[in-house]
Amino acid sequence: MDLSYSDDQQQLRENLSSFFSKESTPERVRAAEPSGFDVELWDKITAMGLPAMAVPEDLGGGGASALDLVLTAEEFGKRIPPVPLIEGVAATNLLGRLCATASSEVAAQLLADAVAGDALVSLALNPLVAGVARLVPAGAVADAVLALDGGDVVAFRSSEVSPRSPLPVPSNLGTAPLADRGAGVDDKVVLASGPEAVAAYARARQEWQLLMAGALVGLAQTSLEMGADYAQQRHAFGVLIAWFQTVQHRLADGITTLEGARLLTYEAAWAADEGLANTAVLASMAFLFSSEMAFRVAADSLHLHGGYGYTLEYDIQMYFRRAKAWPLAYGDPKDGYGSLAAQLFEHEER
Amino acid sequence: MDFTTVDTLAEHRDAARQWVEKNVQPGWAWEQYTSGTHHTPELHAQLAHDGILGAGWPLEYGGSDTDPGYARAVLDAVADAELYMDGWATTNMVLRTVRHVGTEEQKKEIIGGGLNGEILIALGYSEPDSGSDVAAAKTRAVRDGDEWVISGQKMFTSTAQSCSHVFVLARTNLDVPKHKGLTMFLVPTNVDGFDLQPIYTLGGQRTNATFYSDVRVPDSMRIGGVDEGWRVMRVALVYERGGGGRTSAGPTLAERVAAWAMSTSRTSGETYYDDSRNKERLARIAIDEEVARLLGMRVRWMNEIGELPGVEGSMTKLFSSEADLRHYSELVDMLGPEGVLRPESGIAPLDGELEHHFRSTVVGTIYGGASEIQREIIAEGRLGLPRNRPKQ
Repeated sequence: MDLSYSDDQQQLRENLSSFFSKESTPERVRAAEPSGFDVELWDKITAMGLPAMAVPEDLGGGGASALDLVLTAEEFGKRIPPVPLIEGVAATNLLGRLCATASSEVAAQLLADAVAGDALVSLALNPLVAGVARLVPAGAVADAVLALDGGDVVAFRSSEVSPRSPLPVPSNLGTAPLADRGAGVDDKVVLASGPEAVAAYARARQEWQLLMAGALVGLAQTSLEMGADYAQQRHAFGVLIAWFQTVQHRLADGITTLEGARLLTYEAAWAADEGLANTAVLASMAFLFSSEMAFRVAADSLHLHGGYGYTLEYDIQMYFRRAKAWPLAYGDPKDGYGSLAAQLFEHEER
Repeated sequence: MDFTTVDTLAEHRDAARQWVEKNVQPGWAWEQYTSGTHHTPELHAQLAHDGILGAGWPLEYGGSDTDPGYARAVLDAVADAELYMDGWATTNMVLRTVRHVGTEEQKKEIIGGGLNGEILIALGYSEPDSGSDVAAAKTRAVRDGDEWVISGQKMFTSTAQSCSHVFVLARTNLDVPKHKGLTMFLVPTNVDGFDLQPIYTLGGQRTNATFYSDVRVPDSMRIGGVDEGWRVMRVALVYERGGGGRTSAGPTLAERVAAWAMSTSRTSGETYYDDSRNKERLARIAIDEEVARLLGMRVRWMNEIGELPGVEGSMTKLFSSEADLRHYSELVDMLGPEGVLRPESGIAPLDGELEHHFRSTVVGTIYGGASEIQREIIAEGRLGLPRNRPKQ
């Protein structure tokens, strides 16, 4: 048992914290809001190699561990930068795994482009509807979207869509660059087929859950700090509202569940790095628990801002919207609890 | 980072189970449940006799040469047999306190007596008018030569009906702020002026009100310095709060109830588990149990590396006790009309375990510092919010 960060991990956290604080200020997040995407910031994070940070080194990536990824996602979540890092990492890692087992020229080229920062690759998390991947995260700006089509892992691509020539974005709660892919201008290319390919895709979804859990922990941390800071500035009835127990106790419940969610997310990442059999269970747990926690914390923090929390001038609403919108990309959480129960209990004899 | 949990007692588990098979009577757990007394004298005497209570303590204070790992494994195995050892839990806290602050003579007599099973100590902190605000105690102790005269009343003096002593927090100085005028005494329960009345609780446990009418105790029964009782009591509190979470490797609540729910049909014919609402309930419980386990592991890890887990202990207690309340409430709901059947009914699902713990877990959010106290500690200690209790 050791819950401390290694020196390298501590360095990674500090570097990313200062990078995102500088490059993803609230003004910059707001400026990107119509489309939810900032191409200059995307160029910077690809130059740093972040989307390919966990691709094996012999494939040109950074060889980072799942724990490194989760720490990265946490720093990402703290500053809600308008770039699809979570999807980018999950999709790029999927390409890496496909290239390690099967040999598809298209997959190899996509991976090379993603590693070089020349292609933004995203992941369709849900089953296709009549051949179309609906509301794909970063679908509006992705050079390629990876999806599961029956027993095939496919890529939807179009020379007309890229970070510099985005599709129209349907107005949405999280101001994210969502779009349908797989119809219209897109080509479909099969990258890999068979049980191994399907398993690699399932692992990518699991990795997305894990990284999203980390991002939501970070999002909740900043939300909570905003609420606590505001409570230390705002007076009502002649005292700081931070004096009121109803304010303190909400925040105390929030930080307690937040630290629990962080431990659970780290544990899931550690299990992934160790190759443990319960990795999928822990990743689902971390995702479901962090999703509820982050929304509760952001909603409570918004509430502590009173009427100002409801205005668009204050930053807390940006966190509140994303706390709900980000995990919804995966589907109705009620389905998530059902499939977690199946994973946990249904291997036993009935 | 490393989340590996090693069962450091693995080598002792078999021997511990054998100890339980040999020494524990099958009827004891039911007797504890029906009497509400969470202490079984025959069990305690056997644990003392076999050196299990004294394991790890210095021989000069009555310790035994029994392997402390084996001793902890036996205590775990006794708990797994659904037996409470509340009398030992409180006694152990006081013995540790005596070891920190007691005189040499006290260490020999009190620790020795506690480890050989003759001394059993209940905690006398709470009063009719003070619970979580424990420093507001009004019970008085006045010096009279070499003796102290103690007068007052304590509440929730659990297990006192079985104990030889009560560890009493008393006010010895009225002229200083409330935390600074307190002193701790070990009061025998067989002296003139001591009395007790049973109090029965929602969860079935019997506790007591204890009364002190000019009880005289020698100064040698004062534990720690005069007016230093607050500090002395906090030594003991360190052992009460925070550990928390599951340590044994047995199945979780969610796993046990899921197994039952899969094999049990409702009147409609489908199993309890077939209902998607129950799958969600059980999945949520499994997540909470894992979070509670991790929070508890963090406390133990901090102890191991020599850090003081203050806020972390409060987080563990807050989360775990509140989660327990939610879980049993949800599980009783799952049973529908049968959820109300008590263990005594003889026809309750899961032998009434869920109904029983629906009642008994209520106290978890109250004793040892209510949830509100834990939240204040967390708000102040972790978030830097102002302390809002009135200045003393």
